[in-house]
Amino acid sequence: MSLLVVEGLRVGYGKVEVLHGIDLTVAPGEIVALLGSNGAGKTTTLRALSGLEPVRGGKVVLGGESLNGVKAHRITALGLAHVPERRRLFSPLTVEENLRLGGYLIRDQAAELKRRMETMYALFPRLAERRLQLAGTLSGGEQQMVAIARALVLQPRLLVLDEPSMGLAPLIVRSIFGIVKRLRDEGMAVLLVEQNARQTLRIADRAYVLESGSILIHGAAADLALDPRVQAAYLGGAAAA
Amino acid sequence: MSEFLQLLVAGLTTGSFYALIALGYTMVYGIVRLINFAHGDIFMVGAFLGWTVLSALAAMHMPWGIALLLAVLLAMALTGGIGVVIERFAYQPLLSAPRLSILITALGVSLALENGVLLIYGPGFETYPHLVSTAGFVIGGAQISYVQIGIIFCSLALMAALYLFVHRTFMGTAMRALAVDRDAARLMGIDVERVIQTTFFVGSALAAVAGVMEGLYYTEINFFMGFIVGLRAFTAAVLGGIGNIPGAMAGGLIIGLLEAFSAGYVSSRWTDVIVFAVLIGTLVIKPTGLFGERVVERM
Repeated sequence: MSLLVVEGLRVGYGKVEVLHGIDLTVAPGEIVALLGSNGAGKTTTLRALSGLEPVRGGKVVLGGESLNGVKAHRITALGLAHVPERRRLFSPLTVEENLRLGGYLIRDQAAELKRRMETMYALFPRLAERRLQLAGTLSGGEQQMVAIARALVLQPRLLVLDEPSMGLAPLIVRSIFGIVKRLRDEGMAVLLVEQNARQTLRIADRAYVLESGSILIHGAAADLALDPRVQAAYLGGAAAA
Repeated sequence: MSEFLQLLVAGLTTGSFYALIALGYTMVYGIVRLINFAHGDIFMVGAFLGWTVLSALAAMHMPWGIALLLAVLLAMALTGGIGVVIERFAYQPLLSAPRLSILITALGVSLALENGVLLIYGPGFETYPHLVSTAGFVIGGAQISYVQIGIIFCSLALMAALYLFVHRTFMGTAMRALAVDRDAARLMGIDVERVIQTTFFVGSALAAVAGVMEGLYYTEINFFMGFIVGLRAFTAAVLGGIGNIPGAMAGGLIIGLLEAFSAGYVSSRWTDVIVFAVLIGTLVIKPTGLFGERVVERM
């Protein structure tokens, strides 16, 4: 039973339609990858799911509840956590304040919020050392950890990650992907957008390939890695990295 | 020496008004990137609402302490409410429109407030009831009134409270987050519209306090009083670094002191020249203002 069901999703900016009817599902306990080149519409898809872009047509349903026309902050409350492209931390605020804002919706439960923040510091020990440091002064990898930790404080049902590996060293990417796998194994649904197809297909269970605003191919990640079309377009040369 | 002390206290008093008003400019700018040109008139509306309440209560022979407290609180609540209504109907529909539209709307709101007060209260001056005595004390040869001391301490207390609100509460943290990245704040589950409205409420309420203080201090108020005071408070906000809260507080006090000292040692005709020369000089040397810092660039 899928947690997230997207049917015929259409989104646009001004007169230009960017997504021409996308179908997509994500179930609990699976990592679903959304692949595609620059400008294919990956980020737009995620922004539409979390309510940052208005949906022009089609349906978005999370756990049986329609998200069409629901405001972004309500969608967060319904259990969708979106880690945006380029992390979008509150740079002049401390790591601690960033995490506290992640728990904005449970701000009335001080003890529970504190407990969950400690859980995050246990998951990312590097952040515990940097609690009072301004988020903008952290390294890229640490910033990505803050972005993910901040999204996990509410214990979402669906975690949406937009290019978490962007600009990070391979070793850090591996450790972040390791944490994503762990979350999946604990039953979280994960929707992962990446340009780095090779590495992503290795951790994903299923994948969709988006091209010019339409789903070109979808299937099991292992099958897609062998698909000649995917190989040609995304796994061919160094350009795929 | 006595003249210096006299001017210092006078400067800190008027600086308190500017600081309280500058806070509203800077908070709103920080969050919605809008120079709220109507803010000076919000201050004026606060002065009139305070006057209305105070006159009514004085007519009922209420003890002046209670009357004053009620007048300040009611003026804060009502003016704050007006600020929220203005945001909801004039600015909110334009938040994602080009900057120029909302700027022009702010000028329109400013005119609407001035003419609204002109219609209701008329073009003349209203006089604040003399509830508070002009009594004071002499220190180092300087004549200092209790009103001045009261105004200075009251505004320092309000600024301290605001600082705690912004740094220690969830709403304040949400405000700072919103100033950095509105979409990211939405993703945290923050109701952005509500935070913006709270900002307008707090900014307008602070301006209302300044309005009542101004009324008590100068005793006369007029529908046009918000223009020049608003302009100087805006200057204070820019001087301190627009968007920066401690900057607005410091900027306000600096402008007040500059005004007092230039009036005392040079001539009051030169006040604006000196104030704006200092502003221009500061901006040439440090374009982000005294406290303004470049936000750490996102990678």
